[in-house]
Amino acid sequence: MADTAITMRQVTPDIAEGGDADPALSARLDVLDLPAGGFTAAARKDALARLRAVGLPKPRDEYWRYTNPAAFNAPVPDPIPLAEQGPDSPLFLERKRLTLVFVDGAFDAAASDDLALEGVEVGLLSTADADETHWSGEIYGRLEAAAQERVARPMAALNTAAARDGVLVRVTGQPSKPIHIIHRRKDESADVYYHHVIRLEPGAELTLLETGMTGARSNFVAEVDLAEGARFHHITAKRAGHEKLGWGGVFARVAAEAVFKSFTLSVNGTMMRHEAIIDIVGDDAVAHVAAAVLGDANRGPFHHDDTVFITHSAERCESRQVFKKVLKNGAKGIFQGKILVEPGAQKTDGYQISQALLLDEDSQFLGKPELEIYADDVQCSHGSTTGAIDETALFYLRSRGVPRDRAIVLMVLSFLADALEEVEDESLREEISDRLDAWLTRHA
Amino acid sequence: MNDITDLEVREGVDRETVETVANMGSYKYGWDTEIEMEYAPKGLSEDIVRLISEKNGEPEWMTDWRLKAYRRWVTMQEPSWAMLNYPEIDFQDQYYYARPKSMEAKPKSLDEVDPKLLATYEKLGIPLKEQMILAGVEGADAAPADGRKVAVDAVFDSVSVGTTFKDELAKAGVIFCSISEAIREHPELVQKYLGSVVPPTDNFYATLNSAVFSDGSFVYIPPGVTCPMELSTYFRINAENTGQFERTLIIADKGSYVSYLEGCTAPKRDTAQLHAAVVEIVVLEDAEVKYSTVQNWFPGDEDGNGGIYNFVTKRADCREARAKVMWTQVETGSAITWKYPSCVLRGDDSQGEFYSIAITNNHQQADTGTKMIHLGKNTRSRIVSKGISAGKAQNTYRGLVSMHPKATNSRNYTQCDSLLIGDKCGAHTVPYIEVKNASSRVEHEATTSKVDDDQLFYCRQRGMDEEEAVAVIVNGFAKEVLQALPMEFAMEAQSLVAISLEGSVG
Repeated sequence: MADTAITMRQVTPDIAEGGDADPALSARLDVLDLPAGGFTAAARKDALARLRAVGLPKPRDEYWRYTNPAAFNAPVPDPIPLAEQGPDSPLFLERKRLTLVFVDGAFDAAASDDLALEGVEVGLLSTADADETHWSGEIYGRLEAAAQERVARPMAALNTAAARDGVLVRVTGQPSKPIHIIHRRKDESADVYYHHVIRLEPGAELTLLETGMTGARSNFVAEVDLAEGARFHHITAKRAGHEKLGWGGVFARVAAEAVFKSFTLSVNGTMMRHEAIIDIVGDDAVAHVAAAVLGDANRGPFHHDDTVFITHSAERCESRQVFKKVLKNGAKGIFQGKILVEPGAQKTDGYQISQALLLDEDSQFLGKPELEIYADDVQCSHGSTTGAIDETALFYLRSRGVPRDRAIVLMVLSFLADALEEVEDESLREEISDRLDAWLTRHA
Repeated sequence: MNDITDLEVREGVDRETVETVANMGSYKYGWDTEIEMEYAPKGLSEDIVRLISEKNGEPEWMTDWRLKAYRRWVTMQEPSWAMLNYPEIDFQDQYYYARPKSMEAKPKSLDEVDPKLLATYEKLGIPLKEQMILAGVEGADAAPADGRKVAVDAVFDSVSVGTTFKDELAKAGVIFCSISEAIREHPELVQKYLGSVVPPTDNFYATLNSAVFSDGSFVYIPPGVTCPMELSTYFRINAENTGQFERTLIIADKGSYVSYLEGCTAPKRDTAQLHAAVVEIVVLEDAEVKYSTVQNWFPGDEDGNGGIYNFVTKRADCREARAKVMWTQVETGSAITWKYPSCVLRGDDSQGEFYSIAITNNHQQADTGTKMIHLGKNTRSRIVSKGISAGKAQNTYRGLVSMHPKATNSRNYTQCDSLLIGDKCGAHTVPYIEVKNASSRVEHEATTSKVDDDQLFYCRQRGMDEEEAVAVIVNGFAKEVLQALPMEFAMEAQSLVAISLEGSVG
């Protein structure tokens, strides 16, 4: 009757349903040229074993019930024509930053800045993996593996085995500017795997910006290890083509008094799934995960899945999940969020809100906001609402002379505001807000 | 327990207090009735299924229905998705049929009824008048009940002991009898509706029930009739190593109304016992059914030994326009609870409501909640669930709200709160929300917290001791659900809440 046994029972079916003889997995692995790895060799081997044990995701898996994994399981993606530059200029170009450019998941030194930033050691998986040792060896594939003990995440194990590039960032100080990773496309059928490792030493701070578009299909993992009192802010505004397929997973470990904050802006994409698995392991730590998702399926299907699992295993920690989805023309939004409070994680303050605004009759929102609590002196709450635009508020704005389309844009922006609030830097927040305004106005 | 008592007394603690604490959490329905029973052989096979059917004097179509379910069941796997942790159940190590020998021929007067059965119901707190009626005494039906009347179908292990007020109900056109009687007397209704809400293929436990159900209640309310009194079924498991598999079928025809109550208890035993019931409710146009349960099966002892494993499938089908159903449940018993009373809102403008308090203490585990399936336009549902977890118990709310594309302009409001008492227990919330049209509105709120210190302080300041104070706060926390219970249960529920939480604080 031990508490842990109960948790394990949930996991067992996921793992047991896999099995070695998975022809889909064999077909998937056959087309990949898996790197042997240097310092990552052992982690890659373990990841492959993990993947073989659980198999590829199946529609009947508990955490894949709302997202059909077929497109992620297919051996190769369908090619997607390279899109011309859209109406929006890339974000964050006007600010001071260290720019790193990846083309279809591979580092492009010529297009990037020198890898020099005070208080930061920037490396690349592609070059570092020639060596047998590296500081990131203790993290690469390890946070991802630890997270799999609760719920199988085969796409992440596949990434650890297959990724050839990504940034390896170690921060010891408080750099004066953010790191900006820009993704670009070159090959219309690229199947992209990249893997970042980010370690913030005690008291260190980093803002990481990530923008752009990569691959016909992409699979990324970011493992983020925050030491005591570190502050990490991750702002992602990836641009997806209408036919884009993407899976990504952020695996974070947050030590005492550290702060982890992420905000993701997602616009379009046929099939996108973002997972965030955060372990709060030190007292008085904070973790916030937020996303604003805009889906307009007028040019093809839109499916966006956010799957979040936050574990509290220390005292007096705070977590927030703020997910807002605006869905239109048959777009489909998914939110599966979980707060797990381990025995002894007293004074936990856990908050979760998932909201969907459906702008027409065809769009859908599917959610599973979950709590699993084993400590009594905690405050955990979750809320979820789904509905259409409030006609009364719309009427109010129109009666004040605001044209209908503009009124809707204003209401959608105010709907998204709570998620955007999670971007601490005001100028960054304004830049994102302006971008949202422009997108909404075009899609009104 | 004696050791603790001795130790405490040595330290000079008031003996009465120590004894009270030592006796806390005691289950007052845990005695058994020593009565000669008739059992089917242990285990489950096609022969046992045929035997149960034969004992009930069933026609061939019913036997075939059961056998079909049995053959499917042997191919099925026990579900493992619930947050429940219990030893594997050996389905062959159970008796699937047990009835008191004295029930072989139905007693016609009080003198004929086995006094032990009579004493059982007396001890369970069913009033004497009602008890006489229960035993089917001529003339007792006519006796004026003080105020409201409640007709009772009493099920003892595998058989219905008796159903009261049948004649008076019959005058209103209401059929209220045991399901075995209904199969014999009203085959056209049973054939039309049995399995139409919970098909025999529905899930592992429902399929098992379809094969082996022994008795249960049958209710038919004709069009336009408001049932003249509340109906109730009292389930008692008595025999050891015996599973109880009752089946309840309620049909509310157009424009009718019925309020139905269900109660259940079982003796204290060291080994766990299986209970897998199915309740089907069919609600036709403009009809309304209110179904209330106080589930008080034996929860097992303080160390988690014994108790009832309760795997129940309850579903209401609002089949036509403006049908309405309301589930109210107070779940305090059972070692394991696996139960999701659901509403299929098929008719336009139909309504479903679910009010639940689930209380778990010691080693109890409950995984319970509801499903609201909105299929019709302008359908409404409301879910209020309160989970209270104490001791080393685990309490999970699991629910689904589904708005289908055609269920336009529908509305759901869900509120689920959990309260933890002590740091060894768990409270979990697993809601599924599926919204497939934009004009519907779905709202879900959930919180988990401990008993508020300020509230506790306030109550204690007014002279309450800590346990009393917690009971008051929890009652406040659970008030919304308790208010939805019919009068018959309100007092019982209030005291149940206090009982289950005693000894949990400090």
